[in-house]
Amino acid sequence: MSAQTQIYAGAFADPVFAAQSVFRTLMDCFARPGTIGRLSASASPPSPLGNASGAVALTLCDHDTPVWLSPALAKSAVPQWIAFHTGACVTEAKDEARFAFVEKGAAVPGFDQFALGTQEYPDRSTTLVVEVEGLTGGQPLVARGPGIKTETVVAPIGLPDVFLDFWVANRAVFPRGIDLVLTAGDAVLCLPRTTKLSAKEF
Amino acid sequence: MYVAVKGGEAAIANAHRLLADRRRGDRSLPAITIEQVVEQLGLAVDRVMAEASLYDRSLAALAVRQARGDMIEAIFILRAYRTTLPRFGYSEPVDTAGMLVERRVSATYKDLPGGQLLGPTFDYTHRLLDPSLIGDEPVAAPAVKEPGEQVMRVSDILDGEGLIEGDGQMPDGHVAGDLTREPMEFPMPRDLRLQALARGDEGFLLALAYSTQRGYGRTHPFVGEVRIGEVEVELDLPELGFAVSLGTIRVTECQMVNQFKGSAKQPPQFTRGYGLVFGQSERKAMSMSLVDRALRTDEFSEDIVAPAQDQEFVISHADNVQATGFVEHLKLPHYVDFQAELDLVRRMRHDSLRQSMAR
Amino acid sequence: MDAKQRLEAPPAIDRKEGMRLLARATLAELAAAWEAIADKPDVAPVRGPETGLVMVRGRIGGGGDPFNLGEATVSRATVRLSTGEVGHGQMLGTDKERARYAAVFDALFQNAAHRPAIEALHRLIAARLEAEDRQKAEETAATRVDFFTMVRGED
Repeated sequence: MSAQTQIYAGAFADPVFAAQSVFRTLMDCFARPGTIGRLSASASPPSPLGNASGAVALTLCDHDTPVWLSPALAKSAVPQWIAFHTGACVTEAKDEARFAFVEKGAAVPGFDQFALGTQEYPDRSTTLVVEVEGLTGGQPLVARGPGIKTETVVAPIGLPDVFLDFWVANRAVFPRGIDLVLTAGDAVLCLPRTTKLSAKEF
Repeated sequence: MYVAVKGGEAAIANAHRLLADRRRGDRSLPAITIEQVVEQLGLAVDRVMAEASLYDRSLAALAVRQARGDMIEAIFILRAYRTTLPRFGYSEPVDTAGMLVERRVSATYKDLPGGQLLGPTFDYTHRLLDPSLIGDEPVAAPAVKEPGEQVMRVSDILDGEGLIEGDGQMPDGHVAGDLTREPMEFPMPRDLRLQALARGDEGFLLALAYSTQRGYGRTHPFVGEVRIGEVEVELDLPELGFAVSLGTIRVTECQMVNQFKGSAKQPPQFTRGYGLVFGQSERKAMSMSLVDRALRTDEFSEDIVAPAQDQEFVISHADNVQATGFVEHLKLPHYVDFQAELDLVRRMRHDSLRQSMAR
Repeated sequence: MDAKQRLEAPPAIDRKEGMRLLARATLAELAAAWEAIADKPDVAPVRGPETGLVMVRGRIGGGGDPFNLGEATVSRATVRLSTGEVGHGQMLGTDKERARYAAVFDALFQNAAHRPAIEALHRLIAARLEAEDRQKAEETAATRVDFFTMVRGED
């Protein structure tokens, strides 16, 4: 497929309703951290951006949200695809990004390199969208916090080894901090900055 | 304290129905069309576009009709509508030097390249009510004449002598701010102030501009030029790699030239105030340029002695949608607040009576 | 140069200039041009047609640094022809139908077989605009003040 064709193809067939449906799934998953949500609308972004990550980009990004892309994504047709379909421009400065995308298997930068917001405007932070191998079957982590009645277990496969350290550091700067969307296949799992994670004790 | 109060649905529905009836008026008269508003009440449409900060003649005309001619209500409706639309991007800056000029006058030079072009002005009319407009008498087509030379910018003429400051420069690396995206903060840089003034209330800016003339922050102004005409709007398309023209909009531009004695930092020279407004509105553009100059106190080490020089005062109160929202909200139910105040005043009255009786 | 001369000796109109002209075309001009096209390709939407906003910028003092003046409504569309060309249309206002036509003609302009017809449409629009601008300039010129100085006194 030519680069030109890749840029124009692969967006939602029905942009308004698809974006509304994906937004609803994301909102529910952020409200109930640890829940796995299946996206009802599909996107086919240029490789190596995953389909669910592409659907999240089409739903959440717009002209006012600079986007940071991992090195491999930045080299692909993804920047033009996102620019054409959402109006968002790509930034190289992680701390200017409102959204950041990392494809499956790529290195995840330290969360503190992204925009963490300010005490006055904690919302001016980056939401990371990271594609992983799978949302279940990995090292179990216990999640607690708002939206979780007592505790729940999340076990994504393919998170970096230092993930838990990153997350604890992210919790420590609350109310500042990043929010995280993990994607795999056509599903998402959301971890807002309010969620506390710890290794499951056996 | 706020307490939710329910009720009044039927009253509200009937009030809206009554509003629709009064808006339509006498049914034996034909309804006014949007095209008629655009064509025959064009300056009302222009004002709504300027202060709603949204250029769209048809939508502005619809807002005027919907608001029964209440300008601020129409501006409010159009301002609300714009929030429903996605932002596609920022245009290339419009080139007012390349304007298709419909009017251009200068108060500083009589004979200047391009000449004094009066255009469709109310100036030199006698302001006598015209009974011929009660009906629909035929109107003659405009006179025509061979166009003359290119209309030159007056600021370029003065600039040749080095006696006038240049067009406004912001500090290196400054990115133009956008009021529609970031909350207001003071002190506010000049680019943001101009955005706020361009959408500011014409009456408020006119009054402030007048106040500078009456001695509340003197600016010694001359109209370098006022021009009205069409400019092209170009948008860069990333998918193509070049900017394309989207069409033209009509704007009014005013270059106000102000005498400046000089300061420790600057030699005596002419300074400038700038006005740029959607549509045809030289009263607004002139007022804007006077207020723009008055607000530049920090650049010229001037003391702030008058309201028009106080940017927090001017900018915070220039927006008529904000202003009307705040003032008009006072008519909404404040029953609980008022009960509390009533209670307080009764107790104070009681206490003061008791004290005076004790004495 | 009047409109007639321009039609006889058409200057080359590139894609950018073509888009400028299509942005100013009337719905009637666009619809008539589409009617006149033989063997019409199929047109598939890629983006839009949709209406949004462009923040119009000015320059401080007319030629200085940019500032944001206010927004304008813009309608745009991107289409792909069954022959493969992708075209973009965008213009001020809320008329999505015109934006879609403009995108179709931008795509057809890139197709050698259809190009002459689109160039003819470009010239038609250009001639109308030139006549309109000319008329406006002449009307404005008639309101130019001719000063004359009255001499008083002996010398």
